[in-house]
Amino acid sequence: MKNLFFMKRKLFSLLLAALLTMAVLGGCGSDGTGESSGDNSSMESVKDSTEANSEESSGNSAEANSGEPVYGGSVVVGIQQDIDSLDPHKATAAGTKEILFNIFEGLVKPDKNGDLMNAIASDYTVSEDGLVYTFTLREGVKFHNGNAVTAEDVKYSLERASGLLDGTPLISSLSVLTSVDIIDDKTVQVTVGSANTELIYSFVAAIIPAGSGEDASGTPIGTGPFSFVSYTPQVGIVVKKNADYWQEGLPYLDEVNFKIVNSPDTALMEIQGGSIDIYPYLTDSQANELKSSFRILSAPSVNVQALFLNNADPVLGDVRIRQAICYALDKDMVNDFVAGGNATLISSAMLPTLQTYYVDLNDTYGTGANIEKAKELMTEAGYPDGFDLEITVPSNYEFHMQTAEVVAEELKAAGINAVINPVEWNTWLEECYTNRNYQSTICAITSDMTPGYLMNRFQTDSKKNFINFASAEYDETYQKAAAAMDSAEKAEYYKQLQQILNDEAGSAFIQVPPITIAMNPKLAGYVFYPVYVQDMSTVYFVEN
Amino acid sequence: MKYFIKKIITLIMTLFLVSVAAFLAFQIIPGDVVTTILGTEATPEREEQLREELGLDKPPVVRYFNWAEDVLRGDLGRSYRYSKNMNEMMPVAELIGDKLPVTLWLAAVAVFLIILISVPLGVLWAMSASRSGRAAHFMDAFLGVITQTTMAIPSFFLGILVTYLFGILFKLFVPGRYISYQEDFAGFLGYLLFPALSIALPKIAMTARFLRNSMLTELKSDYVRTAYSKGCTRKRVMYGHVLRNALMPVVTFLGMIIAEIVAGSIVIEQVFGLPGIGRLLISSINTRDFPVVEILILYITFVVILVYFLVDILYRVIDPRISEK
Repeated sequence: MKNLFFMKRKLFSLLLAALLTMAVLGGCGSDGTGESSGDNSSMESVKDSTEANSEESSGNSAEANSGEPVYGGSVVVGIQQDIDSLDPHKATAAGTKEILFNIFEGLVKPDKNGDLMNAIASDYTVSEDGLVYTFTLREGVKFHNGNAVTAEDVKYSLERASGLLDGTPLISSLSVLTSVDIIDDKTVQVTVGSANTELIYSFVAAIIPAGSGEDASGTPIGTGPFSFVSYTPQVGIVVKKNADYWQEGLPYLDEVNFKIVNSPDTALMEIQGGSIDIYPYLTDSQANELKSSFRILSAPSVNVQALFLNNADPVLGDVRIRQAICYALDKDMVNDFVAGGNATLISSAMLPTLQTYYVDLNDTYGTGANIEKAKELMTEAGYPDGFDLEITVPSNYEFHMQTAEVVAEELKAAGINAVINPVEWNTWLEECYTNRNYQSTICAITSDMTPGYLMNRFQTDSKKNFINFASAEYDETYQKAAAAMDSAEKAEYYKQLQQILNDEAGSAFIQVPPITIAMNPKLAGYVFYPVYVQDMSTVYFVEN
Repeated sequence: MKYFIKKIITLIMTLFLVSVAAFLAFQIIPGDVVTTILGTEATPEREEQLREELGLDKPPVVRYFNWAEDVLRGDLGRSYRYSKNMNEMMPVAELIGDKLPVTLWLAAVAVFLIILISVPLGVLWAMSASRSGRAAHFMDAFLGVITQTTMAIPSFFLGILVTYLFGILFKLFVPGRYISYQEDFAGFLGYLLFPALSIALPKIAMTARFLRNSMLTELKSDYVRTAYSKGCTRKRVMYGHVLRNALMPVVTFLGMIIAEIVAGSIVIEQVFGLPGIGRLLISSINTRDFPVVEILILYITFVVILVYFLVDILYRVIDPRISEK
């Protein structure tokens, strides 16, 4: 009986202790809680994916094993993150955009080769000076509510996204728009303040019915192959077939259920148990385990992974030290250890899949370790006995954590005393990205379709330049690249930019990790895009 | 009466202090809500707009009291993180109201299993421990090892184990195919059985062990000797006298366990993909969803205090001597 009273007295302190524990839980990393963590990374979100057969290259659909497509059926797609917004203009998380791709469409949309195809627009022209875009709307495109898409809707959507409507741009790349004018029922003219040939990629921005941003019911309405049915926080989002879809014959499936999976550990059980048909974020070991019973497909991701170095750090400020780190790094070994040998090794911040702009610079520092050269540079820089290096890693990304472990060991071989500091995602965002208060970090930049997305962030005063890279030559070249109207000329400038970043060892770029999916063997038609989307419109059940 | 007033004042004070503590914790831990929500690609204008929308441009003290005022008025606010539809965020009351039945039913099934299994098991164990002879000794040791092992397995692993065993091997349920209670209540309870089992197993072991020890202690009491000497059978001594007295501390113990389970089984909800309170709490802390976290913490505090209070009352009913003290 005394027991009880004793416990009551203890109650309050217990509560406080519990509270503190929670705070600590929240503060120092969340192992195994895959869901929330990567949430809002329109960049830096690498899926823990690594896997075996990478014969399928980007852009190849999984047609190798296709049978006769059957219409109908419903599938469950496992997703790792809850969605951050149902508003296509406000959604920033890559994990949300990949789903909304099925519901909303822009005037143009990406195709599987990474080019643009006309969507709501059937055609467009750009004026000679690159300042005026004229879009012709496609006949017969209907919203999910049955209404035809009008020039009004297009004007409203573009003005809303660009901030012309209320002064708050929702999509930053569209903030250069100065006016959107309706020429006639089927023609919309967009005027921009400064010319940039990459701007056309921003017109993938969703077209929504005029006024739907203020609509009280708030139902997401688009023109995509699937229409919105329901969303339940922490459970998932359900979409159904848009029977009026303008692309003949698509989609095949009647219903797609995007189901939020809690952690990579439980995902495997759910796939094996049969409650998930498609899961796009397999790790190397998971893929091996599922090989026998599931269709495993793999392609390069759109993530640029690197050991990012803070160029403003007293030690790393010396270019010789940064180069030494590049030499000491054994990328081949990292690839073997964490990506099963299926990653593409890189030495600058460009995706090899953006072929027009990419230049292979792997020879500068080599893909293996060159300890001698590293030590030589360190001695020159005044650190013959090595130095301490803290590697901050967002701990929710298993893939980055594993990479960090390998990298730390490799650096130790060159006398660099690397220590891993795992942090929770939000801490990473604030400390590393916003405040730039770190020495080095391993993470990845998730690219979009434009080469500029990857390169513009390394301009000296870019808000996104979290590595504090400072090169006047780089800034100048980037301005030229952005202004270039001729594509060959533009590509040339981009190659120079990669060269500068590589020469200056802005960071130690590592690899483009593969993305690996598991799919129910009864399904076929999954298409990999060189952008971050889960296109369900081409997926179908195979006839038995 | 005085007792009740005292209790209620304690409850209110505790809730207030806990809410302040949670608020302070949110001030201390790193992570800016706006960056968390908008990511790295947002325009500065949008960041400014959101900061204003959420009232984050005001000083912390003002924010706390604004929040507290709204809560007292019955407005629990809106989640920072979860959308209700395209243009509105999810009201906290609706969000939690949707998840609460999952946790409560899970707790109900688990508590049912605990009581159903642990009490007979504890009695059986105490019986064999108090007897001499090879078989009894073996039984005592055997149960000791089994319960020790069950208690020692981390709940995350136990959850995985149960999933693997019953889900993949015996195919008694489909892992991850959670059925919502609005859809099919029987199916919902059926799915809950296995997570509830994962929660219950270590608690059963603890409760049974607790009951065993409690009974063995009681067996050494004077009244047992008296009962035997006045001619009671062993059976009557065990069930009529010892068990009754031995159950008293067990009730307290069960109270603690119930409080713990009703407050949310964070780990088990994660493993089985149950959209309950525990899982919501973890993800809300990770996304710095302050309005949701505050209410959840208040809920947990309230549940714990309430259950202890009920145990206290129950105690008075079982043993009237307590209220006299």
